[in-house]
Amino acid sequence: MSFAPGQTVGPFFHLGLPYEGGNLLVPAGHPDGVRLHGRVFDGQGAGVPDALIELWQADPSGQVPRATGSIRRDGYTFTGWGRTQTDGDGHYWFSTLLPGADPGRRPFFAVTVFARGLTDRLFTRAYLPGDEPDPLLDGLEPDRRVTLITTREERGLLFDIHLQGEGETVFLSYPRQAR
Amino acid sequence: MTTQADINREIAELRGSGGPQPRRDYPPYRSSMLRYPTRDLHQVDPEGVELWAPCFGAADIDDHEADLTVQRSGEPLGERIVVTGRVLDGDGRPVRHQLVEIWQANASGRYWHQRDQHPAPLDPNFIGAGRCLTDGDGVYTFQTIKPGAYPWRNHDNAWRPAHIHFSLFGTDFTQRLVTQMYFPGDPLFDLDPIYQSVTDAKAREMLVASYDHSVTAPERSLGYRWDIILSGTHRTPLEES
Repeated sequence: MSFAPGQTVGPFFHLGLPYEGGNLLVPAGHPDGVRLHGRVFDGQGAGVPDALIELWQADPSGQVPRATGSIRRDGYTFTGWGRTQTDGDGHYWFSTLLPGADPGRRPFFAVTVFARGLTDRLFTRAYLPGDEPDPLLDGLEPDRRVTLITTREERGLLFDIHLQGEGETVFLSYPRQAR
Repeated sequence: MTTQADINREIAELRGSGGPQPRRDYPPYRSSMLRYPTRDLHQVDPEGVELWAPCFGAADIDDHEADLTVQRSGEPLGERIVVTGRVLDGDGRPVRHQLVEIWQANASGRYWHQRDQHPAPLDPNFIGAGRCLTDGDGVYTFQTIKPGAYPWRNHDNAWRPAHIHFSLFGTDFTQRLVTQMYFPGDPLFDLDPIYQSVTDAKAREMLVASYDHSVTAPERSLGYRWDIILSGTHRTPLEES
């Protein structure tokens, strides 16, 4: 069965997609909160000021959240999902919790990237730094692997996204997609 | 300056070259040139959260957000329309109680957005953004205004066909889709590098709604039907909650 093609979000997605508190999976300043942030770069190394990033993740115990309330947050329920736009420098940030994973697995954030000029969304993973084996990471050349691993900082994690060119992020497809 | 004739030639050269999804590297759409990944996508089996989609519920949305004609104090200008259809997964199953978001230009082809400098009038009674949840059969319904075509700066005298942006979720993360719905018979289809970034003609047609008199509202709105098929879910039935 064929499925509908994607189309770019264009330059005016701010009208329909971002919303107040979209980047606050937990309130900023939450005692266990971390900042996951970074910049989105184009093929010439310039920040992309009109990108949209979505985040989807397990809770710290590794459970997949099934709670509603990502759009109207109550400040207490961890829904595991957020959305934010890049600023004029191509920078984005989320306030969130560290994801967990099943024992022996490497935790990651699932990330979706949209932008003006990007004809279809891109999927990637932002892994926590660590030593656990991982089938995806272990199958990549070292220079490609590093594009999927966040850098630990004092108050959180850094994850830059390079759409094209040097240090191009590894983007993913899944078996039930055409390409 | 690149002319429409130049763009038409580029579109013609790439026709049929890209399969059923849009080409990410599509030079006729100039803004794509520094933003597409040059490496092949890396295929991976979804795991963990990727096997699930985020959940949205009645508390996330007000009912009136599905009616873009009542969000301000007065009636918006333009042709009122109902846009409705079903969201289905790649196996034909309805995607139930899931979020659908739309945004669009007004009847004059102007967006309620700072960066839209097209000198067509804003309509104080039309913002152009809406949300709803699909029902138990996967059906979404919006009341809105038929958007106008508008010029953009891809090339000299470039115009986008009228469209409504749609954002959709499935039952797993991998089905996420943002796309655009078009109106039947638009004379700008052949000229538009965004529509034509899907180089397969049959796949492009999936983005075009049909006029459907049965979904009109008598003496109020005309109506369009547009069903949306997402890619297949990776979860097995045993994992369904």
